[in-house]
Amino acid sequence: MKNLISMRDVSKEDILELLDLAAKIENKEVHPDLSGKLGALLFFEPSTRTHFSFDTAIKKLGGQSFSMSGTSSTSVKKGETLADTLMTISQYADFIVMRHKIEGAARFAAETVDIPVINAGDGTNQHPTQAMLDLYSIKKTQGTLENLTIAMIGDLRLGRTVHSLAQALSEFNPTFYFASPRHLQMPQYIKDELTAKGVRFEEVEDIHPIMPHLDIMYVTRIQKERFAVLEDYEKVKDAYIVTPELLEEVKENFKLLHPLPRVNEITTEVDKTPYAYYFQQAKNGVFMRQAIITKLMNLI
Amino acid sequence: MKKQLKVDPIKSGTVIDHITAGKALQVIDLINLKQPENLMMIGVNLSSNKMGKKDIIKIENRVLSDDEVNSIALISPNASLIIIEDFEVIKKKKIEIPEKIKGHIVCPNPACVTNIEKVETRFELAGKDPVEVRCEYCEKKYGIEEVKFRF
Repeated sequence: MKNLISMRDVSKEDILELLDLAAKIENKEVHPDLSGKLGALLFFEPSTRTHFSFDTAIKKLGGQSFSMSGTSSTSVKKGETLADTLMTISQYADFIVMRHKIEGAARFAAETVDIPVINAGDGTNQHPTQAMLDLYSIKKTQGTLENLTIAMIGDLRLGRTVHSLAQALSEFNPTFYFASPRHLQMPQYIKDELTAKGVRFEEVEDIHPIMPHLDIMYVTRIQKERFAVLEDYEKVKDAYIVTPELLEEVKENFKLLHPLPRVNEITTEVDKTPYAYYFQQAKNGVFMRQAIITKLMNLI
Repeated sequence: MKKQLKVDPIKSGTVIDHITAGKALQVIDLINLKQPENLMMIGVNLSSNKMGKKDIIKIENRVLSDDEVNSIALISPNASLIIIEDFEVIKKKKIEIPEKIKGHIVCPNPACVTNIEKVETRFELAGKDPVEVRCEYCEKKYGIEEVKFRF
């Protein structure tokens, strides 16, 4: 494994190995050493959480980083091609972490440079490190990834995290429930893939009846920035809101995940319940990104 | 004797037979046979025992490349190829849909890197009936009638 571009490229064995490595890093059973190595954090599209999470992971491993956020002060603005930017950066850095709004940009980057490339999000396509940290969070809270019942709610059409996660979980015999406003349903190509793999899934409108059956509920934000017409956003933004009342009949092992940032889809009262796990989930992201860098850079 | 329309034989060249009825003109577009030097005969909606109706293209003095042959399968999966020399059939083969298609398909996704940077497209076959292809870069899946070809 030289790059991490898409969950499509990651085998079940790779997933299990990365989960195991992240747990060992978290439990301080291994101490990978990235000292003397430099990571380039190329966020052509600005991001707070993923950017800081990677930066933290690199520094915790003893490595160093340099960053770019947005393209307003870079040569990209002067008209440089992505290929030229990447070739130049690869002369300085030992690996690249990249977020770009162009879909397929990360695969293109990996084919352009000789150093490892980690996809930190390419348009509406993939966000594999988020999928990996979600898997790690699910494994940590449930003890297993096998045979779980998982609901995904919110924006399932444009939210790339749910696409990567559904693909990754499909290797572990899940049962899925999808709930979303009508125009933001899980894309047909993802549903086709799940059908082809024999994965059970159901699209539901009302989430109340499914609550007692769930092990995990994965909530996503309706992304205002991806709507061209603000009116369309206003129509659907409050479609699914998680409150403590909704969680009254959930199982003991039930956990609520969210890739963050949240707006109002989970009320702050839910934060105090034992089911809220989204902030720990963000913390897990650092361990998983440490594990991914460790594997791609062959640190142990 | 029953009268029927027929397409004249060629001396040497390639016959693309069993093309899905109505698709012959698309095949010509696809493999760029429109150049004036190509001597060509086209039959559209001919009766066929196997298919009911079919199209056929006969091209004089032109051997198709593997790439061209494979791409025909994308729009007409049942087509077959016959190579003729001196009025004799010297080779017959059924066209097979390729698992990977390098170049030639233009990704319909305007946000795909292949439409922005200088990079050859790569598609993989995602379904045979109906034919669907998936872009290896943006990972979007398209029906074959949704994509454009470029040679």
